[in-house]
Amino acid sequence: MKKVVIASGLVAALLATSAGAAETLKIGYINTFSGGAAILGKHQRDGFDLAIDHLGGKVGGLETEVIYGDDQRKPDVAKSLADKMIKKNRVNFIAGITWSNLLMAVQKSVTRSKTFLISTNAGASPMAGKLCNPYFFTTSWNNDQMPEAMGQLVQEAGDNNVFMMAPNYQAGKDMLAGFKRYYKGKVVGQILTKLGQKDYQAEISQVRAAKPETLYVFMPGGMGIAFMKQWGASGLAQSIQLYTVFTVDHLTLKPIGKAAIGTFHTNFWNHESDNPVNQKFIADFQKKYGYMPSHFAAQAYDAPLLIDSAVRAVNGDLSNKDGIRDAMRKADFKSVRGGFRYNTNHVPIQNFYRREVVAGADGNAKIVTTGVVFKDYKDSYYKDCKMTW
Amino acid sequence: MRSADRYRLIRRVAIVAGMVVLLVLPFITEAIDEPFYVDLVTRFMIFAIAAASLDLILGYGGMISFGHAAYLGIGGYAVAIFSFYGIDNGFLQLTVAIVGSALVALVIGAICLKTSGLYFIMITLAFTQMLYFLGVSLEEYGGDDGVNTNRSEFFEALDLYDSNTFYYFVFGLLVVCVLGLRRIVGSRFGRVISGAKSNELRMRAIGFPTFRYRLVAFAVSGAVCGVAGFLLGNLTEFVTPEYMHWSRSGELLVMVVMGGTGTIFGPVIGAVSFLLLEEWLSSLTEHWLLFFGPSLLLLVLFAKRGLYGLISPPTGEAE
Amino acid sequence: MAMSLPLILEQTLNGFQFGVFLFLIAAGLTLIFGIMNLVNLVHGSLYMMGAYFAAVAYQWSGSFLVALAVALPASFVVGIVLEIVALRTLYQRDHLDQVLATFGLILFFNQLMIFVFGAASQEMNLPQGLEGHVEIIAGAPYPTYRLVIIATGLAVALALYYLISRTRAGMLIRAGASNRAMIAALGINIRLLFTGIFGLGAMLAGLSGAMAGPILSVEPGMGEDMLILSFVVIVIGGIGSVQGAFVASVIVGVVETLGRSIIPFLLERILSNEAAQTAGPAITSMTIYILMAAVLFFRPRGLFPAKGG
Repeated sequence: MKKVVIASGLVAALLATSAGAAETLKIGYINTFSGGAAILGKHQRDGFDLAIDHLGGKVGGLETEVIYGDDQRKPDVAKSLADKMIKKNRVNFIAGITWSNLLMAVQKSVTRSKTFLISTNAGASPMAGKLCNPYFFTTSWNNDQMPEAMGQLVQEAGDNNVFMMAPNYQAGKDMLAGFKRYYKGKVVGQILTKLGQKDYQAEISQVRAAKPETLYVFMPGGMGIAFMKQWGASGLAQSIQLYTVFTVDHLTLKPIGKAAIGTFHTNFWNHESDNPVNQKFIADFQKKYGYMPSHFAAQAYDAPLLIDSAVRAVNGDLSNKDGIRDAMRKADFKSVRGGFRYNTNHVPIQNFYRREVVAGADGNAKIVTTGVVFKDYKDSYYKDCKMTW
Repeated sequence: MRSADRYRLIRRVAIVAGMVVLLVLPFITEAIDEPFYVDLVTRFMIFAIAAASLDLILGYGGMISFGHAAYLGIGGYAVAIFSFYGIDNGFLQLTVAIVGSALVALVIGAICLKTSGLYFIMITLAFTQMLYFLGVSLEEYGGDDGVNTNRSEFFEALDLYDSNTFYYFVFGLLVVCVLGLRRIVGSRFGRVISGAKSNELRMRAIGFPTFRYRLVAFAVSGAVCGVAGFLLGNLTEFVTPEYMHWSRSGELLVMVVMGGTGTIFGPVIGAVSFLLLEEWLSSLTEHWLLFFGPSLLLLVLFAKRGLYGLISPPTGEAE
Repeated sequence: MAMSLPLILEQTLNGFQFGVFLFLIAAGLTLIFGIMNLVNLVHGSLYMMGAYFAAVAYQWSGSFLVALAVALPASFVVGIVLEIVALRTLYQRDHLDQVLATFGLILFFNQLMIFVFGAASQEMNLPQGLEGHVEIIAGAPYPTYRLVIIATGLAVALALYYLISRTRAGMLIRAGASNRAMIAALGINIRLLFTGIFGLGAMLAGLSGAMAGPILSVEPGMGEDMLILSFVVIVIGGIGSVQGAFVASVIVGVVETLGRSIIPFLLERILSNEAAQTAGPAITSMTIYILMAAVLFFRPRGLFPAKGG
C-alpha cells in the first residue's frame, strides 16, 4: 500500500474554495499487483493514475490522496484492505477490484460503512441485480453484456453451427449463457475446459471432429494466449470462423500475435473513436507508460472523472453522501467512451462495438472497430434491482 | 549457559504476556483511535488456530500435509451453505464445521496415511485440489465466484457484527483450541504420536496401532482447522473455494515452521508474525514478494526451530 | 459430442505428446529428488525462466535456434548458482524445510520476472518453418511443431538412458540414488556431482520452458501448474527413476487427454444433459489426482521405486 500524496501546493492555493475548510479527498485503490495476473491490476492502475494526472492531482477540486492496496487476488486480504482504508485511512471512495469474487467479498462491509465503492473491472451480476446498492457504482460493465453482444453479433452475421468453449468456472459459464441469450442458431458442441489448463490440442481435435462453422470462445489471460497460439498453429482458422470474448484485446494482442488475425470480438470501448477525451487518453497514456492502453485502462480512467464530477457538484462537501450519489448517477463527465449514462442499477448503459483483428501495415495484428452491435445497451439484470431514482 | 528452568520461565512469561496483550488490545486501539487493528488481529488469530491445528500432525506427528487448507474451506462452507438457506444458527454451523471437517479428514487420512514422505505430501495435495475443483464446479453455491454469508448467531446478546465482540469470540476459541491441543500432545495419546514420528517400528513393536493413532490425530487436526474455517467465513462474510487452494496450505506450513514446529504455541506466534510481515511488506512496495520470498528461505536456513525456538533451551525438549 | 475411432486415435497421439512434454519437465525433477533427496519446488520456476530466456532471445534475434542456444546454458548457469548459493545447505535438512525454502523461492522468482520484464506476457512465436502440419492420421492435420516436441522428448529420454546406464557419471548417479554414503566413501567429489546434476536438471527444465514458449503463454507464475503435474508424474512413476518418470508421464498424458474427451461423452449417456455438463468438467479436472491416488493405493512407492535407502 503506497501513500501517494498527489497535491500541488500552488494550485491548491489558487483554487481554494471559500466554502468551508478544504478537506483532502481520499480514495482507496484496491487491485491485484502481485502474482501471475498482476498485469490486469497494472493496466487499470495506470489508467486510473493518468486520470488523476489529467485532473491536476485534484479530484473534484480537492487535494487528493490515493492509497493503494495489493489484494493478492485473495478475498480475505481484499476485505481486510477495504476495512483498513475505511477505518484507518478514512477514505471517501474505494475503487478498483478486478475479480468478481473479490468484489462480492468486499461489497458487503464497504457499502455497510456507507463508503462509495466503484468497480473498475469486476462486473458480478448479483451487483447489477438483486444486490444492487446505493453505494456501489461501476465504470466497467456487467459481466454478461460482452457475451450478449457477441451472441447478437454472431446472430446478425448469420453464422451458424456454433461450437462453444470456456473454462469451467463461474465466469466461463456466464459467458456461454450470455451468448445464448441472443444467438438463436444451432450449437453443435460445447466444452468446459479445466481452469488453468494450458494445452488445448485435445480440445482443438474435438472441435475439428464436430465440424462447426463457427467457434466461440472465452479464454481470459494466459489460457487465452495459449489457446490462440495453438489455434493459429492448427490450421483450422481457414475453415472455422473464430469469435472471442475477453480473450483478444490490447492487453493480449502482442503475445498472441498473428494468430488473432481474422477473429472478431466485442467491446464497449471504441479505441478508434475521435472523441477528444479518448484521443487525449490514448496519446498521453502511450507517452507516459510506453504501451497502448487496453479497455481495462480505459474503464479505470473513467473512475476519477466520475468522482470528480460528483464532488464538484456538491462543492467539495464530502459528507453530503446523498448529493454525491445523485451527482454520480448523473454521470456528468466526458468519458473515453463518448456519452456516459447510468442505468437504475448503477451499471453503464453503453454501446458495444464489433471489433475485428486485421493485419496492420507492418503485417502485425491490429484491432479495428468495424461496427456497432448494440447502441445504449442495458444489462440483463437491472430489472432485479429494486433501486429507483 | 542458561538452565532449562530459566528458559521455561522466559517461555511462561512470553506466553502470559502475549495473552495479556491480546486481551487488552481492543482497549488500546480504542485509546489511540485505530479500530482497524482489532479486525487485523482477529484475522491473525484465526490463522493462528489453523496453524496450531496443523502443528499437531506436522510437528508432533511428522506428517507434512499440503492439504490442510481444505478444512478452512469446509468450515467456511458450513457457515455459508446454512446461511444460504437462511439458517444462521451458530451452534449448528459450528458443530457441522467441526464434525464435517473431522469426517473428511478421516476419509482422506485413511487413504493418505498408508503412504509416507513425498508420497504423503503429494496425496494430501491431490485431495485438496479435488475439493477445490469440486467447490469451483458447485454453481449452486457460487462456484469460484464464492458466496456471501451472514455472521453466525449464537445468543441474542452475542452480536458478532461488532468488531470487538467478534474479536473476543475468536480470542476465546483460540485459547480453548490451543489449550486443548496442548492437553492432547501432553497426554499418552500425544506421546504415542511423537514416538511414532521418531521411531515407528519401535512403537508398533511395543504394541501401539500407530495407524489408528495417526488417523485420530489427523481427524482432530482437521476438526480444529474447521473451527478456523468457520471463523474465517464469519470474518470475511464470504466463502470461496480459493480458501482451499494448495498455496494456502503452503502458507499454513510456513506459519508453523516460522513459529516453531512441535510446540503449539510456536505456530500461534508464527501465524501472527507471517501475516504481520506480509501486511507490512505489502504496504511498502508492490514488489514485496521479492523480499518476502527470500526471507522464508533465510528463516529455514537460520532459524531452525522458529521464533519459539529462540526462547527454548538448545536441547529442544518437547514440553 | 462426436466420438469415433479416428478421434480416439488422434486424442491418444495428443495425449502421448502431452506426456512426452511432461517427461521433459519431470525428468530433471526426479533426478534431483532421487540423487539428492531434495524436494525441489523451484523446478517450476526454472521452467519459467527457461521460457523467459528463450522468449527474450527470440524477440532480440528472431530465431528460435538462437533462443534455444541462449536458454539452455542460461538455465544451466542459473541452476548451478542457485544450488551453490541457496540449495546446497538443504540436502541435510528434512523435507519440510526443503518445501518451505523452495516455496519462498517460487514467490521470489515470480516477482523477479515481473520486476525485470514487467507483468505482461512475453511474445514468442512458432519458429519459421515449423508452422505447418503433417497428416499422420488421415483427415487430422497435426502441427509439425508438436512433432518436434515429441522428437525432443524422445531424444532426451534416450540421452538420459545412455547417460545413466552406459557412462561412469551415470553409474555414480545410480549408486548415489541407492547409497549416498558409499559413493562418498569411494572418494567421489559429492559436491561436484550434486552441483552438476542440479545443473542438468535445471537445464532440462529450461529446455522444456523454451520449447513451451511458442505454444503457451510466457508469463509469471506459468511454472506452478507444471510443477504440480510433474510431482504427480514422479510420484506415480516412482521417485528417483527416470524410466518410471517416462512411463508415468506417458500414462498421465494419455489418461488426462483421453479423459477430457471420453468422460464427458460417457457421462452424457448415463446422466441427464445438465448433470453431465456440470459433472463432466468437474471430474476431468480431478482425473490425474484420482489416477495418482489409485496408483499409490496399490503401489505406495510408485510404479518403479528406485530409492534404496
